[in-house]
Amino acid sequence: MIDRTVPIDAAVSRFIRSGSVIMVGGFGRGGVPFTILEHLADHADAFADLTLIKNDASEPHLGIGPLLRAGMVKKLIATHIGLNPEFIGQMNRGEVECELVPQGIFAERIRAGGAGIPALLTDIGVDTEAAAGKPSVRLDGETYLVERALRGDVALVCADRVDRTGNAWWRGSNRNMCVVMATACARVIVEGKQIVEAGAIQPEDVQLPGVFVDAVVQAQPRRHMRTEAPA
Amino acid sequence: MTQTRAPMQDEERIARRAALELRPGMLVNLGIGLPTLVPQFLPADVDVLFHSENGFVGMGPALEDGTPDHDIIDAGGRACTIIKGGAFFDSLLSFAIVRGGHLDLAVLGAFEVSIKGDLANWKIPGRLTPGMGGGMELAQKANQVLVVTRHLDKKGRPKIVRECSLPLTARHCVDTVITERAVFRRRDGALALISVHPDHTIDSVLEGIEVPMRVIEPLQSWDQPPESPEGVGA
Repeated sequence: MIDRTVPIDAAVSRFIRSGSVIMVGGFGRGGVPFTILEHLADHADAFADLTLIKNDASEPHLGIGPLLRAGMVKKLIATHIGLNPEFIGQMNRGEVECELVPQGIFAERIRAGGAGIPALLTDIGVDTEAAAGKPSVRLDGETYLVERALRGDVALVCADRVDRTGNAWWRGSNRNMCVVMATACARVIVEGKQIVEAGAIQPEDVQLPGVFVDAVVQAQPRRHMRTEAPA
Repeated sequence: MTQTRAPMQDEERIARRAALELRPGMLVNLGIGLPTLVPQFLPADVDVLFHSENGFVGMGPALEDGTPDHDIIDAGGRACTIIKGGAFFDSLLSFAIVRGGHLDLAVLGAFEVSIKGDLANWKIPGRLTPGMGGGMELAQKANQVLVVTRHLDKKGRPKIVRECSLPLTARHCVDTVITERAVFRRRDGALALISVHPDHTIDSVLEGIEVPMRVIEPLQSWDQPPESPEGVGA
């Protein structure tokens, strides 16, 4: 049985470089790999020109917020950035590139990337700004946008429970983009709130099979126990 | 859904009227802000299932006491609950529900709504750019779209306009608009006035709206529920 547990610094230094394209799981605070992100923010000098693909821009002090604030990110692909006014300011001043994508299409583009499908067709966003710069096709009398697949160098996700081989399980609404992101990246680091022995998660309950996973790291309790109200 | 502050008078009036649009058996998604006030005004015997696009159906209210469970959050990021019979899933399945035609009603906010039912609610260029989140899919693919909004914007201009000046969320998607002054429904491709709050008149509702609007008379009383649309809850 492969044991994929490693110390966090080993996982990060092995898989993440300046210029990496990184998918980050989470919606609001659920599923966000806070411990890995804080490790990256603590080493801001070591990582530059990152492209982040994440549902939302977090809040300025949380999640990917400190990475954005520190100027480590050249581009963010996201669906919603409304809780991070600092980032909106950076974007409006042209300091960082931001591509906004309708949320379900964001998920489908990642799914396509993970499933070996180069692009998908959709009518979501036709005749809006979301169509800008995208090819369109006519099919059966309708207009569809061509949405390209998204892939990343590394996915960072936080699971509520993960076994040593990387089989992962999420509680409540924490799953969100985590599973699909793990299918669409060359390397996957799962941050586990709880790391268990193989077999402790029933096979029927595994939401992400460990075959997608390269490293399992331990979440630090104080990171995911934050409960303060949004700023 | 988890809104606990006392709604302001106009907002409460809008939310109360909007609650009449939720019919038994519907699957409903609530946008951020004013839409989250609606469920508290649902009669107890109206059994509605709420969809939260971050990954579940069966969203229940926030805990009134006890420790909030931060593993169950609504799409605005606030801790809430899930009812018995609810189900969690991931973002892919969540939007398959929306785009696949399983969502009966989306209740959304608006910056502008055009007379033809175009919706703008995700971007004010250079000023406010929250992003569309799941709003484009909800607006375009929910079987019905209900906009709840103040009648006027912060500059005192009606939210209903001839053409949206702001970036669109989706075209021709809005079926009903409820403000503190009136109810509008899209009929034959254009919004029409169907009900006026007792504090207002047709003139005070239409004042400032720079596009001709059909008035369907006799006006319905303010608290008259909509006719049950075919197929809802089927």
